[in-house]
Amino acid sequence: MLTAPVIVIASFAYVGLLFAIAYYGDKRADAGRSIIANPYIYALSLAVYCTSWTFYGSVGRAATSGIGFLPIYLGPTLMAALWWYVMLKIIRISKQNRITSIADFVASRYGKSQMLGGLVTIIAVVGIIPYIALQLKAISGTFLIVLQYPAFTTPENQGAPLFLGDNTFYIAMLLAAFTILFGTRHLDATERHEGLVAAIAFESLVKLLAFIAVGLFVTFWLYDGFGDIFGRAGQTPQLSALLTLGGESGSYATWASLTFLSMAAIMFLPRQFQVTVVENVDERHLTKAIWLFPLYLLAINIFVLPITFGGLLHFPDGTVDADTFVLTLPIVERQPWLALFAFIGGLSAATGMVIVETIALSTMVCNDLVMPVLLRLRALRLTERRDLSGLLLGIRRGAIVLILVLGYLYFYLAGEAYALVSIGLISFSAVAQFAPAIIGGIFWKGGTRTAAFCGLAAGFLVWTYTLLLPSFAKSGWLPITFLSHGLFGTDLLKPQQLLGLQGLDDITHCLFWSMLVNIGCYVGVSLIKGPNAAEHGQATVFVDALKHPPAAPGSHFWRGSASVNDLLLLVGRFLGPESAQEAFASYARSRGARSPEALSADANLVHHAESLLAGAIGSASARVMVASAVEEEPLGIDEVMNIIDEASQVLAYSRQLEQKSRELEAATNELRGANQRLQELDRLKDDFISTVTHELRTPLTSIRAFSEILNDNPRLEEGERTKFLGIIVKESERLTRLINQVLDLAKIESGAAEWHSSEIDMREVLEDAVTAVSQLFRERKIDLTVELPQKVPGIVADRDRLMQVMLNLLSNAAKFSERAPGKVTVALAQQSGFLRVEVSDNGIGISAVDQEVIFEKFRQVGDVLTGKPQGSGLGLHISRRIVEHFGGRMWVRSRPGEGACFSFNLPLAREPVLVKAA
Amino acid sequence: MIRPSIKGQRLAALFLLGFLLFNYPLLNLFAGPGQVLGIPVLYVYVFTVWALLIGLMAWVVEKRND
Repeated sequence: MLTAPVIVIASFAYVGLLFAIAYYGDKRADAGRSIIANPYIYALSLAVYCTSWTFYGSVGRAATSGIGFLPIYLGPTLMAALWWYVMLKIIRISKQNRITSIADFVASRYGKSQMLGGLVTIIAVVGIIPYIALQLKAISGTFLIVLQYPAFTTPENQGAPLFLGDNTFYIAMLLAAFTILFGTRHLDATERHEGLVAAIAFESLVKLLAFIAVGLFVTFWLYDGFGDIFGRAGQTPQLSALLTLGGESGSYATWASLTFLSMAAIMFLPRQFQVTVVENVDERHLTKAIWLFPLYLLAINIFVLPITFGGLLHFPDGTVDADTFVLTLPIVERQPWLALFAFIGGLSAATGMVIVETIALSTMVCNDLVMPVLLRLRALRLTERRDLSGLLLGIRRGAIVLILVLGYLYFYLAGEAYALVSIGLISFSAVAQFAPAIIGGIFWKGGTRTAAFCGLAAGFLVWTYTLLLPSFAKSGWLPITFLSHGLFGTDLLKPQQLLGLQGLDDITHCLFWSMLVNIGCYVGVSLIKGPNAAEHGQATVFVDALKHPPAAPGSHFWRGSASVNDLLLLVGRFLGPESAQEAFASYARSRGARSPEALSADANLVHHAESLLAGAIGSASARVMVASAVEEEPLGIDEVMNIIDEASQVLAYSRQLEQKSRELEAATNELRGANQRLQELDRLKDDFISTVTHELRTPLTSIRAFSEILNDNPRLEEGERTKFLGIIVKESERLTRLINQVLDLAKIESGAAEWHSSEIDMREVLEDAVTAVSQLFRERKIDLTVELPQKVPGIVADRDRLMQVMLNLLSNAAKFSERAPGKVTVALAQQSGFLRVEVSDNGIGISAVDQEVIFEKFRQVGDVLTGKPQGSGLGLHISRRIVEHFGGRMWVRSRPGEGACFSFNLPLAREPVLVKAA
Repeated sequence: MIRPSIKGQRLAALFLLGFLLFNYPLLNLFAGPGQVLGIPVLYVYVFTVWALLIGLMAWVVEKRND
């Protein structure tokens, strides 16, 4: 009754049912009424973790190590408790950045590196191939067993010809066809497959029910409950050891390392990432799955030990492979329908794994391995093709077939040498290599691209050497001496006793060495050279994912220019023009714009386009494509630092404010100063006017007084009259001189004075001046000495003005040298680019306080004896202005009672001027 | 948003608890021979702790008013 046609039809009917569920799921999703949007379906889909390994392999493992099969399920249970911190973050990051695979995640975290994405993909594909072989082995093995019903021997698969002569190859190809039909019917930017998830959840239910059915049958039908089975096992000497733990040394180490491996696997297996992260509809589903998923694991494991001991008690001679007890116990008890149910359950477990795993891997192969290479090959001119969505689907389908062929080859080459669980653990060890780069990447900003690459590569190499190659050696495809004597016969290089490390099982051994070099390289290289700007930017996006609102991540790190149409065309090439138009239209609606054309091509739109592309071709390639469409300006490290660190942003802002207020303060001070100067000038003007008025009034008063006397007294004596008239003339002259000087000063100060500059010989000027005043000096009996050098260079100045200066100085000297015997010296000297003139007297001298004052307007130091002013008070001031006008300086050296020495200097003419000798 | 952090801390504590209970040396206390209701004490211990752990995780996650 359980004939080959029945089994085949039942299998195909089951797969057909899966298709129906997937189809229904997709329809509902398109209609916007998702059937997977609840935590129970989500938790069931996570149970894709339980494969043939769980369904058949756990019993096989338990038959040799008792409860040693269990860490594979305790690890995920413990990990689920940490999902609140870890998985929630990964989901949030992935949604914000449209990450669709684990390779994408790692590449994206470390600056959207294509190299890294490619490496992760290679590790994942190579690492998962044994796992896929495990499923093929389980399906083909159980298929052959159930075909032989009611016989129950373990069939020999060995010796079958490769490929076409082998049932397993056809099974692999059928699985490839299923997967292609399930997963790559169309291209979706989010890589979500609602129908597929619904089918996977259904499969999880089937395998759980099938396993529990077999468990109940064995426990309560064949035996009298748990106590009965364990009691009988305890009485059997060779089985009693399985009831305890920790007999031989190292078993706790194995226990711990399996726990760790499964903790990593539940996070980083490509299919787990697919169902947990990519297919996640709502973050809240994850929180419920935290306990629902472990509950599923508990349920599917309760009957493992009873079935194991039931099988061992039933087949005490060891002729039946313990990996097949789940199927062979119903068969040997002549329960055809239960056997068929168990077979379907095993099929569920295997197909679910293969379908999701190969979809996830094909996405990675396409996005992170093939497309980056194709896009780089300019000869293909891919960047110019209008619609690439067909090519993308083709690559994925090819990748699915390739992965299953590789899985088949591994099964053919190495599958027979291992039990199911041992094969699976090889894959787990490979996947665990992702842990440092990812966990480090989401909690530590310091990890760098180079470090992640080194860590992954080193860990992968150690894994290959200590686990993968030995599995080939044990199957006879590498010389067995490789295992027993090490590479090149070097004992220290024995792949399973590396550097002589003994006492660990091969998994723990591999885990220790691979994690040592992986974490070592990751941390070490990161610390040697810290992250650059792009890495730091991505690190902040990832590490602080839960701190920031989910809006438009990464858009701060972009600036440049693009056109909406360019972006639309670009996205259209990969998603198809219609989907792209639709995606842009819905984006436009969400932004409140009427049409995509009304959008502005800002950073948000570019980011949106990039994430649409990231869904189809991976983030690293998407970045390259978007960069080709938009002119991106690179960000400097300073800008990135400023942008990403909120604190530093605020700090910079407050610094700016501070700077501004300082500038304001400075401007205020300047204004205040200017105001003060204005007030001072105003005061000076008032002083000047009042002084001028006063100075004018003095001679006027005198002239008027004497004129009135003359007028009122016509009979004044001749002598008196002459004297008074003399005074009037003198005062008038003084008044005229004063007015002339005031006018002169006003001209100089307003810049309206006329200067007639020419090349002059200073000696002539001095000689003329001395000649002009010689009469005055003779009258006052002052000895005037002139010291002139033979020849001096010429200067450029106004001769008459210099005369004015000299006459002023000489007349001052004459006035203040009245103490006999008066002595005045005029000297001329040449001194480093200047000519210096000195006029010194032996008069009363000037006090230090007065030395500066005398150069000011209307300031004169009166005659100490008479207190009567003897000049206008403008002479020295005007002289100084004249000297300064020609680029010179005037000063005085003096001590009271020791005479005064007035000096000024004038710069020589730039061009040497020939001056005729006098 | 679903992020009252006390839940996360409780779950992390449960992780530590489970990690201790499921590993040497505590596990070793129950690893020897012996039976509870005919079932080896090791199996009873592991499965009971497992079930309790799941129950506690469910309680922490589902508990409201935090």
